[in-house]
Amino acid sequence: MTDRDLPVTEDELHAYVDGELPADRRAAVEAWLSAHPDDMARVAKWRALSDAVHARYGEVAAEPIPVRLSLGQIERAGRSWKSIAAAAAIAAFLIGGLAGWWARGASAAAPDPAHTFTTEALEAYKLYVIEVRHPVEVPGSEAAHLVQWLSKRVGYKLQIPDLQPLGLTLVGGRLLPGPRGAAAFFMYEGKSGDRFTLYSTRSDGQDTALRYNVEGPLASLYWAEGDAAYVVSGEADRDRLHKIAETAYAQLERGPTR
Amino acid sequence: MVFDLATRCVAEERGSKTGARAQVVSGFRLGVERAIPALRRYARALTRDVEIADDLVQDTLVRALRSEHLFHGGNVRSWLYTILTNLNRNRLRSLARRPTMALIGDDDAPDMAGPEAGGRDIERALANLVDDQRAALLLVVLEGLTYREVADIQGVPVGTVMSRLARARAQIKAYLDGERPALRRVK
Repeated sequence: MTDRDLPVTEDELHAYVDGELPADRRAAVEAWLSAHPDDMARVAKWRALSDAVHARYGEVAAEPIPVRLSLGQIERAGRSWKSIAAAAAIAAFLIGGLAGWWARGASAAAPDPAHTFTTEALEAYKLYVIEVRHPVEVPGSEAAHLVQWLSKRVGYKLQIPDLQPLGLTLVGGRLLPGPRGAAAFFMYEGKSGDRFTLYSTRSDGQDTALRYNVEGPLASLYWAEGDAAYVVSGEADRDRLHKIAETAYAQLERGPTR
Repeated sequence: MVFDLATRCVAEERGSKTGARAQVVSGFRLGVERAIPALRRYARALTRDVEIADDLVQDTLVRALRSEHLFHGGNVRSWLYTILTNLNRNRLRSLARRPTMALIGDDDAPDMAGPEAGGRDIERALANLVDDQRAALLLVVLEGLTYREVADIQGVPVGTVMSRLARARAQIKAYLDGERPALRRVK
């Protein structure tokens, strides 16, 4: 009871209403309220607000759950997704060296996001990789700022893979217009000045296997997972690109953004 | 060219066949299932739209089931609220990039009469809040979470949750007292 006379803060009034007030301050707050009608009125209004929110939305929890939200339904959809992804991965494996050709065949049948994203990413590569003085907007030394800024613009949580184990240093990144809104573009450089880029933009949520695509002296690897599609581009060195994509992929797989 | 995708699928399948793993998974599944009514309630109040709300819940459940191997104990419900809150933030951001057409009318004025008036007032008052303040208020007031839990969900210190809550309440009070909604504070 010694702190009974301590002035009560607004935070304590909120905590009192929300049942978060430490037990030893309860009596003090109640005494304060009976002596301060204005605060008493405020507390009453906050309680009325809680009641109104409950009255408006409380019964939603008692509504029957729609079929599409039943776990059985969601799991069935998930399983077919998994088997499609596995089948696609196996098909890509069997076709092997013809994967690039296979991707082209698929894009002829329907407008293929893989094709659109790959084209965009390669254009960006060609445009910026020759830049000596201004290849990026934000240098790799400001990686934390870069990832925060670009995540905000693309609308999902980006990560900048560490490709140091492959001898590649982050040059930096920039924002690009993508086929579906903003795209993030990261550039890496090897000791010999060879450059690779990682392009990422929002996808339609369909996960895919890795697709290799050659365009003259350049090549790219595309995949999509969760919200995002990724394209790694560089000189047409298939093994090198595959290593980069694999390293990036392993680091990017982190589940839901938290 | 196999890439990790195929191996990952196989590994997940194998994992779920071992007994101990299966038990953890079913506890997890039960936790997710029990949270669905509360998630719908929170999403409905957050978006004030039945379809958008259930879409959010569906996306949340898909992600939760797909990444259950990332869940290492703790409170399943809090984890689901976190996913849903983040998905909604992403949704609002992508909306913000698109220009929207809105009717300019008396929509902003609180209703003074009618049996629905109270409910509609609350909807509009909530609509008038900044996203993070609305989420903090609803998680505490409607979902009954502690300040600490909300802080973890929003990824901010407890003090920030408290100031979001205080601002949300002040803003709603001003709105219901009939003031013209002030300029929305951005961030």
